[in-house]
Amino acid sequence: MKVLVPIKRVIDYNVKARVKSDNSDVDLANVKMAMNPFCEIAIEEAIRLKEAGTATEVVAVTIGAKTSQEQLRTALALGADKAIHIETDEKLESLHIAKLLAKIVEQEAPELVILGKQSIDSDNNQTGQMLAALTNRGQGTFASKVVVADGKVNVTREVDGGLQTVALSLPAIVTTDLRLNEPRYASLPNIMKAKRKPLDVIAADTLGVDLTPRVQLVSVEEPAKRSGGIIVEDVAQLVEKLKTEAKVI
Amino acid sequence: MKTLVIAEHDNGALKPETSKTINAAVKLGLDVDVLVAGLNIGAMSEKLASIAGVNAVLTADNAVYEHQLAESMTDLVLSLADNYSHIVASATTTGKNFMPRVAALLDVAQISEIIAVIDADTFKRPIYAGNAIATVKSLDSKKVITVRASSFDLQGDQAQAPVTTVEMVSASQLSRFVSVEQTESERPELTAADVVISGGRGMQNGENFALLNGIADKLGAAIGASRAAVDAGFVPNDMQVGQTGKIVAPNLYIAVGISGAIQHLAGMKDSKVIVAINKDPDAPIFQVADYGLVADLFDVLPQLESAL
Ligand SMILES: Cc1cc2nc3c(=O)[nH]c(=O)nc-3n(C[C@H](O)[C@H](O)[C@H](O)COP(=O)(O)OP(=O)(O)OC[C@H]3O[C@@H](n4cnc5c(N)ncnc54)[C@H](O)[C@@H]3O)c2cc1C
Repeated sequence: MKVLVPIKRVIDYNVKARVKSDNSDVDLANVKMAMNPFCEIAIEEAIRLKEAGTATEVVAVTIGAKTSQEQLRTALALGADKAIHIETDEKLESLHIAKLLAKIVEQEAPELVILGKQSIDSDNNQTGQMLAALTNRGQGTFASKVVVADGKVNVTREVDGGLQTVALSLPAIVTTDLRLNEPRYASLPNIMKAKRKPLDVIAADTLGVDLTPRVQLVSVEEPAKRSGGIIVEDVAQLVEKLKTEAKVI
Repeated sequence: MKTLVIAEHDNGALKPETSKTINAAVKLGLDVDVLVAGLNIGAMSEKLASIAGVNAVLTADNAVYEHQLAESMTDLVLSLADNYSHIVASATTTGKNFMPRVAALLDVAQISEIIAVIDADTFKRPIYAGNAIATVKSLDSKKVITVRASSFDLQGDQAQAPVTTVEMVSASQLSRFVSVEQTESERPELTAADVVISGGRGMQNGENFALLNGIADKLGAAIGASRAAVDAGFVPNDMQVGQTGKIVAPNLYIAVGISGAIQHLAGMKDSKVIVAINKDPDAPIFQVADYGLVADLFDVLPQLESAL
């Protein structure tokens, strides 16, 4: 079974994003970048399927500028067998990404595609579902457990009321939640080895996908700041303040 | 053209998100129809029909929709999509699951988790864990939108709107429901409660969460948690508040033994009043707290319970 894992280069999750002074966007100049945490979990899950003998090949793919090859190399160092870079300098939307990925799914014919449930920059939570729609596959989103057996995949999903398990016929699409696994770190020898693994580059505009924007970014602002609070001495003062000042209890 | 809202419910009852999502939909300035899909949902359809602003209720009452699987919900919504310029659902795990699938098959973008409606094409939504608010304009002729319910108000009541039946039955075989593990709780739901008290890694273990029970009982509060507390297995996943958990905006949020990571703040910093209890005076949670108490939680939680 071949597993395809689309990944994204995003702002490092420890870094607080700052808005540009002209309110045109978030300022990413000189900001530390990393693989989206949910994508790390997706890669880890694919590698574990390979280690368990369920998967035979793990292919990582990303769409973005040349710099995103750094994250593909990380994926290779973690254990992916080959990588595909769909190169573009445009800022693409989830629908475009899903359409480009659908082309790769056509070429590579993976039985399972594992994606992160959302990227921590645009916070959209939609690419996996869109890819499932465009490739007419079943979807198991927000997965905390994935079991592949008998031409099916059972996915346990983190939902608002608890956990839901669905069975999908393969081929299928899975998106990862945080508790699916704990990603490993790449070892130095594996980082060296990754440099020699295959990484194909395809120009995004050669895949026959209409990349016209569907959403215009009008402006980006800082969220409303909370006004500073106070430190109370003890529980008695806290309860007093909540009753008489804040009037919330 | 009209707006179609898809109702959020658990077959037994409507979720408060539904009313708040209708509140957002009304702001689009078009007639609002509401689709409710599930099993044995007759009583719920009647309730929906008396939420202010609802023009008509469409019910799809069939075993196929009992678990609101993404594939069959998508078939159902697509069968109605021609009549609507806006398709709107709550950004719950149900809405987040099927709505992007609907959008892709309509060949339009999805505008995720809006927190404000500027006009019928333009919306505000948080990005980067809420550290920035983007104003975005949809250029598609049809809009698919999910709504962050905590940013909108509940609708009032009205005289019953008409209820009609949708006959379309999805034949999708792509996915099948296997099982559900529902977390049982007598407490109000996190996203609906006026007061939320959350515990973090500082609680040390699941048993210690009992220290929050007495306080929650007295305040009628829901109990939440940080990701660290969920990951450590103290409490179930559906209690997680944050960027990737539930977004809450109660009147009072009490954070106990929670440091205040960006991702946690993303889920609670729109609360009206925030209280933080933490023994580390430098914990970032104090930067958003209206009232901070620097103390050991094991000392002050019993005191708080008896002081209420
Ligand atoms: C992609 C991604 C998504 C994430 N999404 C979320 C999310 O949705 N929600 C979320 O919460 N986190 C999320 N996180 C995790 C987040 O980054 C933090 O790791 C997490 O919020 C920390 O939880 P905590 O505050 O309970 O633990 P810690 O950061 O370990 O803080 C524990 C606090 O307890 C205090 N404490 C300890 N003992 C006591 C005591 N006896 N009395 C008083 N205080 C005490 C300590 O001083 C400390 O401040 C996410 C992370 C990533 C990478």
